[in-house]
Amino acid sequence: MDDLYRDEILEHYRRPHNFGTLPEPDAVFEGANPLCGDRITLMLGISDEGVVDEVAFTGRGCAISQASASMLTDSIKGQPLAEISKLGRQDVLDELGIEISPARLKCALLSLDTLRRALADRVVWQAPTEDGVA
Amino acid sequence: MAIARALDPVAIRADFPQFERDFDGRRLAYLDSASTSLKPRVVVDAVNDYHTRYTANVHRGIYTTGEEATAAYEAARTTTARFINADRREIVFVRNATEAINLVAYSWGRRHIGSGDTIVLTELEHHANLVPWQILAQERDADLEFVPIDDQGRLIQSSYEVLLRTRPKLVAFNHVSNGLGTINPVREMVAMAHDAGALVLVDGAQAVPHLPVDVQAIGADFYVFSGHKVLGPPGSGALWARRELLDSMPPFLAGGEMIREVHLRRTEYNDVPWKFEAGTPDIGAAIGLGAALAYLEGIGMEAVRAHERELVAYALDVLPREVPEIHIYGPLDPAERGGVVTFNLPGVHAHDVAPLLDREAVAVRAGHHCTQPLHERLGEAATARASFNVYSDRDDIDRLAAGLQHVAAIFGRDGRDGRDSSPAV
Repeated sequence: MDDLYRDEILEHYRRPHNFGTLPEPDAVFEGANPLCGDRITLMLGISDEGVVDEVAFTGRGCAISQASASMLTDSIKGQPLAEISKLGRQDVLDELGIEISPARLKCALLSLDTLRRALADRVVWQAPTEDGVA
Repeated sequence: MAIARALDPVAIRADFPQFERDFDGRRLAYLDSASTSLKPRVVVDAVNDYHTRYTANVHRGIYTTGEEATAAYEAARTTTARFINADRREIVFVRNATEAINLVAYSWGRRHIGSGDTIVLTELEHHANLVPWQILAQERDADLEFVPIDDQGRLIQSSYEVLLRTRPKLVAFNHVSNGLGTINPVREMVAMAHDAGALVLVDGAQAVPHLPVDVQAIGADFYVFSGHKVLGPPGSGALWARRELLDSMPPFLAGGEMIREVHLRRTEYNDVPWKFEAGTPDIGAAIGLGAALAYLEGIGMEAVRAHERELVAYALDVLPREVPEIHIYGPLDPAERGGVVTFNLPGVHAHDVAPLLDREAVAVRAGHHCTQPLHERLGEAATARASFNVYSDRDDIDRLAAGLQHVAAIFGRDGRDGRDSSPAV
């Protein structure tokens, strides 16, 4: 087994969680890294209380971008927006739990970036300022 | 004509200092020469010599080192001209093929391309041979047409013939594709374009390093290449154009060096090629390019081509045998293919292939290789690419095959499971 990709990451890549679409999403955004061809469309269902009760994504790309999206959607499901707004890049990298080279940071962080952009349209969302995704 | 001597890649590797570096007990299997080549010691020494023994500007200093620098810089021009069978006054030194194409687009293009004119390009082009023409076409309200490729990445000549009926002003295409390795029938395509009344620019960035190039025989109007892919330093490259074209073209960049006489309100330009070399050039890089081409002359370009053709044949044979799931793009006949093998493993993104191969000290390119339209045509966001040069051998390909077996084992036979992971469009 190569330690570059943990089993868990490969598992998320092969069988991503929350993969699919929502018929009536409250927030949606398609994020892409055009240079590598990673692509993620993220859809969120948000309750009146401001809780993300539904989440789905589709996409294609490298294992890191897709596993990161799978893990991130798991972690935000059922969470209030206030909690989700605190998620930073380190949380995503910790969740992946492998060493990410500078060249692949964009792959790892595409899902977080897409999440922030999906929510940016919504006034309830307050993007953290000190921790922007490049 | 001399019979090509067989090339010995193991002996050649001794000329390249980078192979002395240890990568966990192995040498690097460098399979990204289409991106940039490694540099032989003679090139490093030539550049170093200029920067340590006779640093001076060119065409200016009336002292020993100034004269040495000018002589070395102009000798590099002579070597470059000889290498592609050109007249030395028809060689303009540029930073790379990209700059050469921009020079032609700005200088020749802005004078000759007007509203409603057509420029014919191909689906195989590197971004460097697309974007400058897009900008020109937008500015001049001109049209771009594209020669399509067949399923093996070869330009469809019957479509080319039809496009030539639009009486284009210019046709621009690569000699060898950096994306798929396709060797285009340049002589025939140039002749057809000339019959249709068009001028022709050939992007030789992937040809000059890998096969004998004779600009007289090819017969194009412009031929461009980069130094850094042909064992030379980055910052070196050449534009070749027929003398009367260069004479008639307005300057691209203006300033010192490109002038004969400057007055406050008017300037008389220098003769070609210096008219197109404004400012202090990258003197060391040009001298290094001369050293690189002289080194290749010592090996012989017939031998280089024969060597790389043999490697392509070996790779096209071994990779599908050792890695049955591999999908290889481009021409299947090694006679039609330069030293480039572009591939994917199903269900595994190229950006996952490259870092795993890197663990085995095998360096390949992953991405779209500056050919995004070609990848759209292939229906792939990214591919992996192995490319060869004089120092490559079968051992590199065996290591690639072993590395790919390892990648396939990690990702499982089918990579991602059966569900379609593409977003709905």
